[in-house]
Amino acid sequence: MKLSYDIYICGVGGQGIIKAGEIIGWAAMKEGMDVVMSEIHGMAQRGGVVSTDVRIGQAKGTIIPSGHADLMMAFEPLEALRAIDKIRKDAHLIVNLTPIPPFNINAGEYPPVDEIIEKLRRFSGNVYAFDADRVALEAGHPLSTNMAILGAATAMPDFPLSQDAIIESMKANLPSKLFKVNLKAFNRGFMSLEG
Amino acid sequence: MIKILDARKGDELFLLGNEAAARAAIESGVTVASTYPGTPSSEIGDVLSRIASKAGLYFEFSTNEKVAVEVAAAAAASGVRSFTFMKHVGLNVASDSLVSIAYTGVEAGMVILSADDPSMFSSQNEQDNRHYARFANIPLLEPSNPQEILDFTKYAFNLSEKFKIPVLVRTTTRVSHMRSRVKVGEIKKMRKKGQFKKNPKRFVLVPSTAKTMHKELIKKTEKISKIVNKSPYNQHHKTHGGYGIITSGGAFNYTHDIINEKKLPISILKLGFTYPFPDKVVLRFIEDLEKVFIIEEVDPIIEKDVLSIIGRENLEVDVHGKLDGTFPRIYEYNQDIIEASIRKQIPLKIKRKEPLKAHLPERPPTFCPGCPHRAVYYSINKALEELEMDVIFSTDIGCYTLGIESPYNTADYLLSMGSSIGAACGFSKATRQKIVSFIGDSTFFHAGIPPLLNAIHNKHNFLIVILDNRTTAMTGGQPHPGLPFDGMGGEAPAIPIENIIEALDVKFKVINPMNIKKSIKAFKEALKMDSLNVVIARYPCQLSLKAKGKPVKVDNDLCNECLECINKLACPAIIYENGIKVNQKYCRGCAVCIQICPEKAIRPKRGSSR
Ligand code: SF4
Ligand code: SF4
Repeated sequence: MKLSYDIYICGVGGQGIIKAGEIIGWAAMKEGMDVVMSEIHGMAQRGGVVSTDVRIGQAKGTIIPSGHADLMMAFEPLEALRAIDKIRKDAHLIVNLTPIPPFNINAGEYPPVDEIIEKLRRFSGNVYAFDADRVALEAGHPLSTNMAILGAATAMPDFPLSQDAIIESMKANLPSKLFKVNLKAFNRGFMSLEG
Repeated sequence: MIKILDARKGDELFLLGNEAAARAAIESGVTVASTYPGTPSSEIGDVLSRIASKAGLYFEFSTNEKVAVEVAAAAAASGVRSFTFMKHVGLNVASDSLVSIAYTGVEAGMVILSADDPSMFSSQNEQDNRHYARFANIPLLEPSNPQEILDFTKYAFNLSEKFKIPVLVRTTTRVSHMRSRVKVGEIKKMRKKGQFKKNPKRFVLVPSTAKTMHKELIKKTEKISKIVNKSPYNQHHKTHGGYGIITSGGAFNYTHDIINEKKLPISILKLGFTYPFPDKVVLRFIEDLEKVFIIEEVDPIIEKDVLSIIGRENLEVDVHGKLDGTFPRIYEYNQDIIEASIRKQIPLKIKRKEPLKAHLPERPPTFCPGCPHRAVYYSINKALEELEMDVIFSTDIGCYTLGIESPYNTADYLLSMGSSIGAACGFSKATRQKIVSFIGDSTFFHAGIPPLLNAIHNKHNFLIVILDNRTTAMTGGQPHPGLPFDGMGGEAPAIPIENIIEALDVKFKVINPMNIKKSIKAFKEALKMDSLNVVIARYPCQLSLKAKGKPVKVDNDLCNECLECINKLACPAIIYENGIKVNQKYCRGCAVCIQICPEKAIRPKRGSSR
């Protein structure tokens, strides 16, 4: 029996991944749920892989075991593929379509994004891919990509928190002057999966 | 940040383990706190640095961990509570004094928090600092989550004060960097100032006094041995045969999860207060068992204590831990590892998925766009190329250690903080090779000065490059003695590194590494010198610069694709995509690439500054 609803959030340093996790975790706590979350700091600023595991429920360990993640929020397509062993069968995958090629390879060595998505679909029938960077830009701030993806996450049928709870948490955990743009990105992210 | 200070008893916060440790200091009425920044403990200092003045406590970033532990020890000897914390290898630096503090004891509570780094996310080793509790003979607590960090640390202060002994709290990366619900307690009023009561027989350790104090220490530990067996942190239900697990710290979390998820009929004894070893609790737990698993990170410490109990009591229990090969001896654990290890002894039905076997491009960490370290390494490599010189690079600990990566290849030898200069002394006598030491500003203050004195006095011959980026960058940008402000944000006298070098009568030059031509020239001159000399390359860390320069662009008509910018400079903002391009999102406009392009094809972009 699974002990928790497990969310794996991954991408590249500087994408606001940990903030997204914190918003979900804080909301869960406020709703009276148990939640643990991992944060690995250190090399994040330097172009490395960044990930955070949010586990809502009875689990105590912060590392999601392989085959456990119910939801993956991938801020970058290659990172979705790298972490694919984390997800359970038919998990929901939200994947940002904007690639960030590692600096040390030639652009040609980065696998084509549609091939990546194709591969992901072999692991789950619930892959939702959209260009969250573009949604964020249209909402008014390129740094609100994380909120666009968070918005999309709340559209998942088994997402354990209400939109209101997440928005409350955004209010409490984001700088107030950016709240409006972030909310816009959040709503648009939600719509891009609903529509 | 402020909420950590302002929260009232009973409030629930979503705290990082390290934030909970800072709150524990406040709730315990700590008067003096000290550290040297080091991952995974850094956020404790970051929090205290922001809230110290408001909370009324004194906090400092000490020059190194030995100083930090001494600051805290003297405070505790004077009757005020003190807290010092550091990464695991920092405790090596502090250990000389730590062992003595165990002898002298303390008057008010003193807690040392060691944040270990199993799997070496950001360290040179994964040593298990639980050994230090045994080594110095001081009590040890092992919290598993942020709430326990708060509760155990507060308890540690009381224990320390009651028995007048420093107490060690050991966390690991996963526990320090776990975020979860923490119910905070009451803030204890602190004593503003203490009064040191002279007692040289206790506080001055010379052979005659040390003999007495060691005896005292053993008496204290014997008394604490009784408490540890009654501690609420070492409780379990009575077992009746079958299998059991003894575990502690972060390893408990994964153990709990696998046992509960698979509903395995195995009882768990979670130990939180692990030294002096709770032998009676453990004996009661294991005496009727058939098999016991010991699950701990990183060394087989509890396992050996369990084995000694079994030997002494002549029990017939199978022990499965690291020593019999059931569990890995290295790296951190997780649920998958524990599951696979237990399966070696108990058949568990588990469906295994085929793991994805695909080769994906890695993302190794590198210097940020605009980082001055990249410019230094580019220039020194150019200078060496022009001089046709081959050198040993004796490097040190900081962001600049990333020089180990291609195309820089500027790291050949590294042991620990400050070792760049000490080791260079050895190379300079043992070989005929030319040697270059790299050391950062904060590292220089931390452990670079004694080996520098050694190099001068013993007439060693090499070049020291001090990479002065005006901060402790690797751990998130904490101040050091070279900067005009202190750990509480107040003004402080800055100590210019060149004043130290000048006073020692060593030849030196200060350069701006972002000026490539001048840097190459300075390095060539320095490398040609036949005596110890120093180059201070001074330019602030990109992360600390608020404003960024204008991004640059490439004129692809001028570019002949020599690839100098990609293959030698390797700024991540410069990419090859049907010709050389500069990624405008990442470029910091540092203008280094403009200077190194032989075709003058890279230029400042006119107009906007974004
Ligand atoms: S260094 Fe200049 S000429 Fe050479 S590839 Fe780079 S932009 Fe082109
Ligand atoms: S100016 Fe050149 S070297 Fe500096 S950050 Fe931009 S692309 Fe990189």
